[in-house]
Amino acid sequence: MAKYALRATALIYLLFLLVLPIGLICWKTFSGGVGPVVESLSSPSALHAFKVTVVVALFAVVANTIFGVGAAVLLVRHEFRGKRLLNALIDLPIAVSPVVVGLALILVYGRFAPLGGWLADRGIDIIFSLPGMVLATVFVSLPLVVRAVAPVLQEIGIEQEQAAWTLGARPWQAFLRITLPGIRWALGYGMVLALARSLGEYGAIAVVSGRLVDQTQTVTLLVEERFQNFDQQTAYAAAFAMAVIAVLTLLLISLLRPKEDAK
Amino acid sequence: MIRTSHVSKTFGTFVALEDVSVDIPSGSLTALLGPSGGGKSTLLRIIAGLEQPDSGCVEIGGTDSTHVPPQRRNVGFVFQHYAAFKHMTVFNNVAFGLKIRKTPKDQIHRRVDELLHLVHLEQFAHRYPAQLSGGQRQRMALARALAVEPDVLLLDEPFGALDAQVRKELRAWLRRLHDEVHVTTVFVTHDQEEAMEVADSIVVMSEGKVQQIGSPDDLYERPESDFVMSFLGPVTRLDGGLVRPHDLNVFAHPAQDTMPAKVQRIVALGFEVRLDLLVDGEPVWAQLTREEARRLGVRAGDTVHVRAADHAQVRSLTA
Repeated sequence: MAKYALRATALIYLLFLLVLPIGLICWKTFSGGVGPVVESLSSPSALHAFKVTVVVALFAVVANTIFGVGAAVLLVRHEFRGKRLLNALIDLPIAVSPVVVGLALILVYGRFAPLGGWLADRGIDIIFSLPGMVLATVFVSLPLVVRAVAPVLQEIGIEQEQAAWTLGARPWQAFLRITLPGIRWALGYGMVLALARSLGEYGAIAVVSGRLVDQTQTVTLLVEERFQNFDQQTAYAAAFAMAVIAVLTLLLISLLRPKEDAK
Repeated sequence: MIRTSHVSKTFGTFVALEDVSVDIPSGSLTALLGPSGGGKSTLLRIIAGLEQPDSGCVEIGGTDSTHVPPQRRNVGFVFQHYAAFKHMTVFNNVAFGLKIRKTPKDQIHRRVDELLHLVHLEQFAHRYPAQLSGGQRQRMALARALAVEPDVLLLDEPFGALDAQVRKELRAWLRRLHDEVHVTTVFVTHDQEEAMEVADSIVVMSEGKVQQIGSPDDLYERPESDFVMSFLGPVTRLDGGLVRPHDLNVFAHPAQDTMPAKVQRIVALGFEVRLDLLVDGEPVWAQLTREEARRLGVRAGDTVHVRAADHAQVRSLTA
């Protein structure tokens, strides 16, 4: 009996927390049929917002993949002073609120900050434009690839690489032919996680983008802006689209996970 | 010829090797034998270039290789846990070194087929390492190391992760392989039986130092220290000396130089019989053949008379 009570509690909890709100979004989205949904999602502003979101997320995933693999190799394969510090810094983005991240970036790269001013003089705008948004997104999704890859790197050990060295492979050849295939599923998993996180980012982007409609507006910003301006059809449709993307990434993640376990 | 001169290596405060100088002749099959933590694996890894010595140098084939990276030493290395490339088939594992060297495809095929034949894995070419047994994986690793025709083949406890039966088979097989291929081979082991059975020459190491170098017979017959004597075979103490239990003569009646001994226990182990004795209140054990034991006709509680055989090596114990 207690078993059923526990299950019912968990289900009701999730019902009110997840299923009801998301279900209502779906219902609201399609309450006028499919036509208005397609129409609002294919408006120039919406299309632009999707494009900005995808561009920012792709840059962020690429940056995090390169940094993530590099940092994982550094943490697992090397001993150096400051290793604990690096380890702690990588987890920092999980602890710091994205809004704080945005503000901090403005303090460094804003037009009136020394570094930001110096860059602006050379025609490079970071804040209120794409580079700043990419920076903010990279920051918030920084740990995901490292933390997915590092344990697997640890587990496969260094002997396969050393065997490759003795067979004549230079370190980068050993990395490409031996290490990378060894961590591919973990890397894919980390990249999908980072992609999902990047697509859904709101707080840090809201601060550094300046929320310029048709310029730096991402889908999450579009949802919020349309909702405030009583264009609820577009807000719901865009939110629905984000939810669909989230479900797809979840599917991808669950496809990648069992492969890792089976190995 | 491999020569290490005055090689030392520490890890933090742990001294792994201390002034180790060893010459390994070309074409030989040499065992580095010793208890674990004795420095033998470290020496092997230094020869391979996988570790750098703190001081001293390494020569391979007459050239100073101390600062040559492992890629250019032309050594084959076999790891205890196989280090199989898990995402590659057996064929591609063995072909790896040849592909890195950009060998033409048809040559790779010929060479890999030849090697898989040598290690009896022809029919497994398209399997993945996960589909092989431990012994098969280790044979694959050996073929992979031999593929690039190394000047030196180094094996780090190659049979350590295998069960006893497979280990015995692979030992004999390694010996035969060496007789066929003649590549200078060094293998690390902590198993004296394995070293005695397989190697032409044995380097006994412990506590980061070379204790003695010689042929298996040499080391067994003429150990230079108590350590080597007791590491290479069974020993017992008689009258303040170390002696092999099979070098004890046991008599029913007193004879020249014998000491009286009380029989505590008689254990028959197949072809041999083990006598647990008490001499002067000290435990001693003697190893007899079944026949000797039968002729002696001794039972637990009897008193017998023992002495070391005339030919026996007796080491007086050094304090």
